[in-house]
Amino acid sequence: MSRMASYLTSTIGRKQTMGIAGLGLSVFVLTHMLGNLLIFKGPQAYNEYAHALVSNPAIYIAEAGLLGIFVLHAINAIGLKIRNAGARTRSYAQTVNGEKAVSFASKTMIHTGMVILIFTILHLITFKFGTLYTATYGDAEIRDLHRLVIEVFQSPIYVAWYILSLIALGVHLSHGVASAFKTLGFNHPRYNCGIETFSLIYGWIIALGFISQPVYVFFIHQ
Amino acid sequence: MGSGKGKNLKLTLKVWRQESAADSGKFESYDLDNVSTDMSFLEMMDVLNEKLVLEAKDPIEFDHDCREGICGMCSMVINGNAHGPERATTTCQLHMRRFKDGDTITIEPFRAKAFPVVKDLVVDRGAFDRVVQAGGYISINTGNAQDANNIPISKVDADEAFNAATCIGCGACVAACPNASASLFTAAKISQFALLPQGQPERVERALNMVGQMDKEGFGGCTNIGACSRACPKEISLENIARMNSEYLCSTVKTKS
Repeated sequence: MSRMASYLTSTIGRKQTMGIAGLGLSVFVLTHMLGNLLIFKGPQAYNEYAHALVSNPAIYIAEAGLLGIFVLHAINAIGLKIRNAGARTRSYAQTVNGEKAVSFASKTMIHTGMVILIFTILHLITFKFGTLYTATYGDAEIRDLHRLVIEVFQSPIYVAWYILSLIALGVHLSHGVASAFKTLGFNHPRYNCGIETFSLIYGWIIALGFISQPVYVFFIHQ
Repeated sequence: MGSGKGKNLKLTLKVWRQESAADSGKFESYDLDNVSTDMSFLEMMDVLNEKLVLEAKDPIEFDHDCREGICGMCSMVINGNAHGPERATTTCQLHMRRFKDGDTITIEPFRAKAFPVVKDLVVDRGAFDRVVQAGGYISINTGNAQDANNIPISKVDADEAFNAATCIGCGACVAACPNASASLFTAAKISQFALLPQGQPERVERALNMVGQMDKEGFGGCTNIGACSRACPKEISLENIARMNSEYLCSTVKTKS
């Protein structure tokens, strides 16, 4: 087997591939979340920002790249999970506890990840491929994404599902970002604690930033 | 038994009994009275075995050797924790004063596909030997001993290498890891050489071969949960796994084959 093939099929190689893809996705969710915050500025700013993104020719390359790293991240995660589950065929009567207990986020990465996967698919169907309203600002007639967002977030069930999924994303990122650094070999006693704190804060800023949108629409905007 | 200072416990022990690797195994319960809190966990197991022998029953097989926490032979998962509830402690150094009168204690073998059960609580940890055989050594001819301080090594590197080298290879990291990963063990062995001059000539092959063997043995992968380090009687740090990850990545880039 060539060195590249053995690297890409090793547990460390697959984890590093997953980690790099995960860091890419972490940066994407930050930009997405910041874009969403334009809802507080008003419909025009929100719609014009969305239009600026989709009317840029580079969007196709960006979307293909994003889909690529998302699939790479998910396939490696599921593949490693199957391998890891096979490494212990009989489970313990009790799991680690007390002084030796581990964090909730670290042991539920596959579960939070699956929630995010399902959420992302539904999210694309609802918004990206959802009802096409239009709005006119000056001479330009562009997609009225704001109207769709307001409409969708009228449903308490959708809002609850959205919030739960974004909490799953927060939990996932709070372990995932720091874990990716460790997986890539970044390690220094002086910075390790800082990276873990950064990861925790990053995860919750992302989650709360996203959650602010349905909460605003459902409870305040109406 | 005991110094007389402690008190005696009445315990229920739920112990994993398995005739052989082929047997499916099951838990059996045993009541044990007058367990002194001054006893070590293994002494308690000895008392239970003496009782079983007197009752003409098969004694419980378990691994042990030095009984002073340095050989890495004792194992057991006690109430869900490898080597029991206490941090930085091997099963042989765990004392019954950690338990309360009337407790039910669940005792299982280290469970991993790569550590098949031999009998009862004894597992075959030969997979670790094969990981070490793949590169956990130096094969350079050193000649006569160097003059002291001929090759200066920084205090930080010396300390980290020494900390990694304190690994006793007991396998608690594998037992505690939800993925049954041997990353902490392999990382400790790779680290202790990667940090020192004598480890440099075979550094690249060592990382590639040891990680390759670790994967081949059927251990799971690391997901940075940290259960291994918490279970480790020598408190080997997760930083070693990060070092192994970068050693493996750099070795893949540097290797010529």
